[in-house]
Amino acid sequence: MKKYKADVVVIGAGAGGLAAAIEVKEADLSVLIIERDKELGGITLQCIHNGFGLKEFEEELTGPEYAQRFINKVIEKKIPYILDTMVIEITKDKKLYAVNKKEGLIEVEAKAIILAMGCREKTRGAINIPGFRPAGIYTAGQAQRFVNIEGYLPGNTYVILGSGDIGMIMARRLTWEGCTVKAVVEIQPYVSGLLRNQVQCLEDYGIPLITSYTVTRIHGRDRVKGVSIAKISKDYDRIIGSEKFIECDTLLLSVGLIPENELTLQAGAELSKNGGPVVDEELETTIEGIFACGNVLQVHDLVDMVTAEAKRAGKNAIEYINSRYGKELKKKELIKCVPGENVNYLKPDIINKQNLSEEIIFTFRVKYPDRRVLIQFKDQNNSIIYKKKKIYVIPSEMLELNINLEESGINQDCKSITIEVIPRPEVLIEED
Amino acid sequence: MSESSVSVVKVIRCIVCPTGCQIKVISKGSEITFEGYTCKKGLEYAKQEFYEPKRILTTTIRVEDGFLPLIPVRSNIPILKDKLRDALNEIAQAEIKAPIKMGDILIENILELDVNIIASRDLGRS
Repeated sequence: MKKYKADVVVIGAGAGGLAAAIEVKEADLSVLIIERDKELGGITLQCIHNGFGLKEFEEELTGPEYAQRFINKVIEKKIPYILDTMVIEITKDKKLYAVNKKEGLIEVEAKAIILAMGCREKTRGAINIPGFRPAGIYTAGQAQRFVNIEGYLPGNTYVILGSGDIGMIMARRLTWEGCTVKAVVEIQPYVSGLLRNQVQCLEDYGIPLITSYTVTRIHGRDRVKGVSIAKISKDYDRIIGSEKFIECDTLLLSVGLIPENELTLQAGAELSKNGGPVVDEELETTIEGIFACGNVLQVHDLVDMVTAEAKRAGKNAIEYINSRYGKELKKKELIKCVPGENVNYLKPDIINKQNLSEEIIFTFRVKYPDRRVLIQFKDQNNSIIYKKKKIYVIPSEMLELNINLEESGINQDCKSITIEVIPRPEVLIEED
Repeated sequence: MSESSVSVVKVIRCIVCPTGCQIKVISKGSEITFEGYTCKKGLEYAKQEFYEPKRILTTTIRVEDGFLPLIPVRSNIPILKDKLRDALNEIAQAEIKAPIKMGDILIENILELDVNIIASRDLGRS
């Protein structure tokens, strides 16, 4: 069995993995990237549209251009990587087992591991649409790969279920390739992707966006012949009599992304409600020396934010190797972070008390849209630690707050922090 | 129609930030005014969108002897919105030989619009 060794092993060569690996290499530690695809770059390679890089490079790039800049850096810095290789096991003492066609089973020994495996799309099975199993049902990202990388069109006339960004971007892409997109159907009463995509991908081409509707049946035995859609009530019940038939030969699903954490679970790390690993403010999972960043931790809106998070994971892995690796350190005293009212999930899940004097980056999403809200941090005794006003919150926009909890006056016996997004009391509204 | 008749000729949804202001384009005689924007950037966006809407075009071109069958491409600068379809039709006719480097000009001065179609990534030979 071929053996590899590196200070830090990065799993996944997408936007997260590449940025993390570069960060580690710049600190003169050895790093190895393992990637299951046949080239470096990850999903941004198939996102050929523009809109990337505004934060990281202060210019607007396409997905492949964004990826290429990091790939060029990996090559320039001679960072080793193995392609076509699937990691199949991570052990607690940070050995990895992986397989590829050339070498068979390989073993990699690391001091620290950075998880950057990204996320995957929810499929038809996750939303249970009745009907046969004809050809012509794809996830939006799968269709994106066919159209943009492999050079196939999955069909001619489409219905897209879900108004996430990938779904809307594919609506425009397919229109540009000469296909017809009959409708984008969204179960929520509001669009779930960015406004910019709603305007530039749907409204520009007169593609109908049908909100508060979902696909209730797929018609066709061998090939999709159409879909039935029905209006959905506030309680997510189908409204009888509201069904409509739309003829199409392809149904694309853009119904959500799930962090891909089978390896993380298998390694014995805890996962939290959002499907990503439980991490502390240093992005370290519940296994010492294993860090997580990018969409494997939480699904981001912008690749620029993945890059920023990956750099943090890289820095923290370096810090771990330089100060904690191989030393027995006393057990950490932890504060739990709990999602409260209108908070879907939040990161970090736990905070080490010894780091309270430093700025902590909190990222979270709301469950439903709201206006004129108050974001509030409370301890277990309901004492308010921190509050901030915000004009508008929507689930599709990840919120980020950098807070120094000690300066905010956190109590030393704080055991848990609840974060809530609540309507502002009347008095505060008048102050605006 | 009298000189002073006022009408909303277009409603533009601002995409500069998530607030999404509805900006009305109002025609009063020969004068055009904008209403409903809440910031300077919004007004600029609405003006551009009304007088000369442009978009960056991103698509793919067929590749001969490439590591992949397609290369993702973009227009180096935004293209007039009503020229996008013609540009796409012209791009669909093209085929480029690998290897290609990011930034290579694959179609120069497309439709004589002073816009180049450039490669979005490196692409080696198969």
